Amino acid sequence: MDLTPIFKARSLAVIGVSLTNNRHPANVIHAKNHLRSRIKVYPVNPRGGRLNGDRVYENISDIASPVDLAVIAVRADLVPQTLADCAKSGVKGAIIISGGFAEAGRSDLQDELVRIAREANLPFIGPNCLGMLAPDYVDTMFLPPERMIRPQRGNVALVSQSGGIIVDQIIKLDAEGVGIAAAVSIGNKAFVREIELLDYLDQREDVGVIVFYLEGFEKGEGRRFVEAAQKASTPVVVIKSGRSEAGGRAVSSHTASLAGDYRTFSSIMSQYGILEPKDELQLVAAVEALSRYNLCIDKNIGIITGSGGHGAMAVDACDQSGLETPQLSEKTRNLILESVSPSIRGIASVSNPVDLTGSAVDEDFVAAAKALIEDDDIHCVMLLLLPYLPGITSDLGARMSYLAQAAQKPMIAYVPLLEKYRMLIEGFELNGVPVSSSIEGAVMMAQALRRSQPCSLWR
Amino acid sequence: MLPVEIKSILEKRAKDGWVPEHEAKEILKIAGVPLPKSAFAATRQQALEKAEEIGFPVAAKVVSVKIVHKSDVGGVEINIKDEKSLEKVWERFEKLEAFEGMVIDAMTPGMELFLGARDDEQFGPVVLLGLGGTAVEIYQDIAIRMAPLEKEDVLSMVRELKGARLITGYRGKPSVNLDALAKAVIAFSRLAMDMAGAFSSIDINPLMATPDGCAAVDARIIL
Repeated sequence: MDLTPIFKARSLAVIGVSLTNNRHPANVIHAKNHLRSRIKVYPVNPRGGRLNGDRVYENISDIASPVDLAVIAVRADLVPQTLADCAKSGVKGAIIISGGFAEAGRSDLQDELVRIAREANLPFIGPNCLGMLAPDYVDTMFLPPERMIRPQRGNVALVSQSGGIIVDQIIKLDAEGVGIAAAVSIGNKAFVREIELLDYLDQREDVGVIVFYLEGFEKGEGRRFVEAAQKASTPVVVIKSGRSEAGGRAVSSHTASLAGDYRTFSSIMSQYGILEPKDELQLVAAVEALSRYNLCIDKNIGIITGSGGHGAMAVDACDQSGLETPQLSEKTRNLILESVSPSIRGIASVSNPVDLTGSAVDEDFVAAAKALIEDDDIHCVMLLLLPYLPGITSDLGARMSYLAQAAQKPMIAYVPLLEKYRMLIEGFELNGVPVSSSIEGAVMMAQALRRSQPCSLWR
Repeated sequence: MLPVEIKSILEKRAKDGWVPEHEAKEILKIAGVPLPKSAFAATRQQALEKAEEIGFPVAAKVVSVKIVHKSDVGGVEINIKDEKSLEKVWERFEKLEAFEGMVIDAMTPGMELFLGARDDEQFGPVVLLGLGGTAVEIYQDIAIRMAPLEKEDVLSMVRELKGARLITGYRGKPSVNLDALAKAVIAFSRLAMDMAGAFSSIDINPLMATPDGCAAVDARIIL
């Protein structure tokens, strides 16, 4: 199933635009693509006429040029015929935003869509969905642009049955400087389901992490999903809704009582190296880290700090998350001592954390980072940067990032979130080093990079 | 593929909704899960003979299609030292509802583990391994994996338990035989795969584990 014509559509037909109501979802979709995207957009309504000066086509078959993607926003009972028309006209993919199918007791109508799609080999998303957003390509979410952010393009793919959840996550990730490759609400997921999207998104080189907000699987589908995720080269993150167990269930076996649905789900995600953040903080931290690093690391973290208190807090957080902060080798310790400024040599504490003290300057952080990067026993370098220290400049973010990039060793930074530190933060983020504004968040990031090691915090 | 012998037990017990201990053990035996020396007796005379064969002391457990939780109704007696005591236990069990006979086991020492399986709607057969005994639902110290399992999976399940060190050795106590344990759990996970669609859950509680090996002391299958 090739979903490229949906996600990277070069031409779009919006079927069901209103000639009188500009707030109609189809009109919002038409207008935002017509005005802001580079693709060709065709409005369709059986009554024809003109929309904002453009010709409204009476039928999809009237459009002479090839159409990659059709967004269908007509009444439920008209959708099967509309989809059949699309198939006949050579449309390559569809998004059906109309509701009124299985969720409203009309499974028959939904089955009809699946039959048409299967016969014509025409993949469709939905019905009853918010649509799809692929920055720089196409945006079929019927949200007026002035009510939404315009997320930057990145390598995170988001898949959710619920549209509202998707929009929320786009906004939260954008706030952390994490861009989106594609975000799709799959609604009733009648034809294109999670596994098809996993297969497709995993093949894309411009996707670095795939996030699923899961409500439930069909019989046996959970097994197929985890097996596909294990084979995928792209890290998979899932959030499960409906985690509370149905109470009052009569159980006659210990197994049934001990292995509730959610506990089973969570254990299996861990078994298959699928990250399952428990809350939004963990989710954003994990996605940000995985969007920067595709590596899977082991558990040893090397911490560099300018404040002993921050170092101690980070060590505690690592310990609680199954990460370790091992003692540094003599070689590494000597290397650090030899290369830091003589003025801090006597006061710095060269263990793990490496506490360079409040008197350290950029060069001292660079020297310590170099030493930890070269140490094969350290799998990830964590920087706790306090830019109120006088020796630290805004250039440090980019300098550190280049070191990590060159060595291909994961680096994670904690920087307090203050607008005046923006350049320091962007020096990291724009150069591939994730930044958290809390120590816990930085540790969650490191933990996310360990995804293939089943770890108790993710359960 | 499910062996014919297993299939016929499952078919026979379909109307009861579950497979009682002696037949569940037959199924486990065919699947390659080790058992203690064990026998089913439908008459008092058989009970005495089987106990003699196994060798005193023995444990006796009531068999009744109406009794799923045997210890809750006094249907388990351990450490029975001689024929006379066994007869007394027989007389007591006889009065329990829908009495069919008793299972007689050699007394099996060791660490009480729990081994279970469930046929999950979304994921198919899953296996549980943890600390066993009658308090299993209190401690809830178990690990869950999707079947079938390999050795590394079983070892990671042991590591995941809060009580891992009770299994792998603690204060001079030797580790249980992890190779034997892994072999049993792997065989059990394959049985669960073969039975997919034909069962709801399986409890082995306890699975007795020692430095020498392990044995499924009690088992039931809910259909």
